[in-house]
Amino acid sequence: MSKHHVTTTINGEETEFLCETQETLLDVLRNTLNLTGSKEGCASGDCGACSVIADGTLVCSCLMLGVEAEGKTITTVEGIADGETLHPVQRQFLEHAALQCGFCTPGFIVATKALLDANPDPTEEEARYWLAGNLCRCTGYDKIIRAVMDAAAEMRGEARAA
Amino acid sequence: MNRFEYIRPATIAEAVAAAAAPGAAYLAGGTNLIDLLKGGIVRPERVVDVTRLPGLDAIETLADGSVRIGALVRNADLAHDPDFAHRFPAVVEALLSGASAQLRNAATVGGNLLQRTRCAYFYDVASACNKRTPGAGCAARGGDTRLAAVLGWSEHCIATHPSDFCVPLVALDAVVEIVGTAGSRDVPLESLHRLPGDTPARESVLEPGELIVAVRLPADAASFAAHARYLKLRERTSYAFAVVSAAAALRIEHGAIVAARIALGSVAPKPWRAHAAEAVLTGAHPDRAAFRRAAEAALADATPSGDNGFRIELSRRVVARALARAAAGTPARLPALPASPFAPAPGGLHA
Repeated sequence: MSKHHVTTTINGEETEFLCETQETLLDVLRNTLNLTGSKEGCASGDCGACSVIADGTLVCSCLMLGVEAEGKTITTVEGIADGETLHPVQRQFLEHAALQCGFCTPGFIVATKALLDANPDPTEEEARYWLAGNLCRCTGYDKIIRAVMDAAAEMRGEARAA
Repeated sequence: MNRFEYIRPATIAEAVAAAAAPGAAYLAGGTNLIDLLKGGIVRPERVVDVTRLPGLDAIETLADGSVRIGALVRNADLAHDPDFAHRFPAVVEALLSGASAQLRNAATVGGNLLQRTRCAYFYDVASACNKRTPGAGCAARGGDTRLAAVLGWSEHCIATHPSDFCVPLVALDAVVEIVGTAGSRDVPLESLHRLPGDTPARESVLEPGELIVAVRLPADAASFAAHARYLKLRERTSYAFAVVSAAAALRIEHGAIVAARIALGSVAPKPWRAHAAEAVLTGAHPDRAAFRRAAEAALADATPSGDNGFRIELSRRVVARALARAAAGTPARLPALPASPFAPAPGGLHA
């Protein structure tokens, strides 16, 4: 079986790649396109470290075939910052030191971006519920949630949350 | 993952023809299939990607008042449809109690119905499993049976159907629309899944190539909206499959139950409708004693499939509690942790 030719838009750039049917989108991102920000944690959709935004929707790239990306618009963690300027979500994660080993961080950044794009003013409960599909085994989540809430406030143009 | 042929049909007819071949599998949201492919649990020769078939992603009210949900409607999109949520709150509560944001965004209505069991022995290719390899035996029997079936099981298979979504659907008499090479047909959701008997590998009544194109809820299913809940007991308070779950829906007039709908999840090889329990409640006063009698009736045929007798009493309590919640009334706003027995008090911060 020959490789499939896929045309897609990744982080704003039209991107073409060849892939085998059995390669996941995560495999393609990391191994073919050198976009290694998305991580493979569990490889079964439980940990969210591979989270990307596909056509505006947060999904696990480990549960999507590379060939399924045909014609889709994909945003990975590499596409969150504006050039050298960090996105408020990224800046607040740094500000709160909302990471230790950092392996889960790209997934949290992407998932938080997707949350705040859809709901600019989430309650803490809503933020925790939304992020249930992103596992962190280091920080215990509280610093992550504080970073998310402050990023939301910053993006709304409000002063920092108390 | 084995290598396979990937086909993206343009029409339902093309899809059905492509999937009727031996060794073919449909791909929709992929949240279960890709996982199974990675583990080598299923090894299809051909994968038929139905996600771009036109016309299967609508939620519509038909002339007879029934609601038709296209098979490709994503779980999250259905749960966040305000009109659907207003009419079928228990279905939405079940959807929102399942999986994670990422998976609800990907998983489809049709795929949810056909998801495979979460039995650990099914996923472990080193273990004997009659579902994976007919005739191989069942390592779950005599193994860890903590989450195994107590209703509908056979000596050949004690795995459960893990869906949340299917539980209120089967309670509300959902009908599944199917298209195959021989035409289309309707099957009640209650009859879609087969009990394992001595052929546990055959999990549904679908013939090769048959495709679920929609799920319909009959007009009267919305008449339970004021008293409809889903209760899901799980081993952590978010993002886990159910240990036991129940959907309860009541129609209450002048202080008496005039109609009741009850179904259980994760206790049987299929979403388990409890008709006998419903009959107990018809005409009864909605109180604890009646709910306990209904729960006894719901589990009357239950037997342990191993060291899991506790699941029977646990199921009774979940049924009785789901009924009590339904009787108290559908909340105007779902709790932050849908279907949880530990829903936080108003103002509580931790979801």
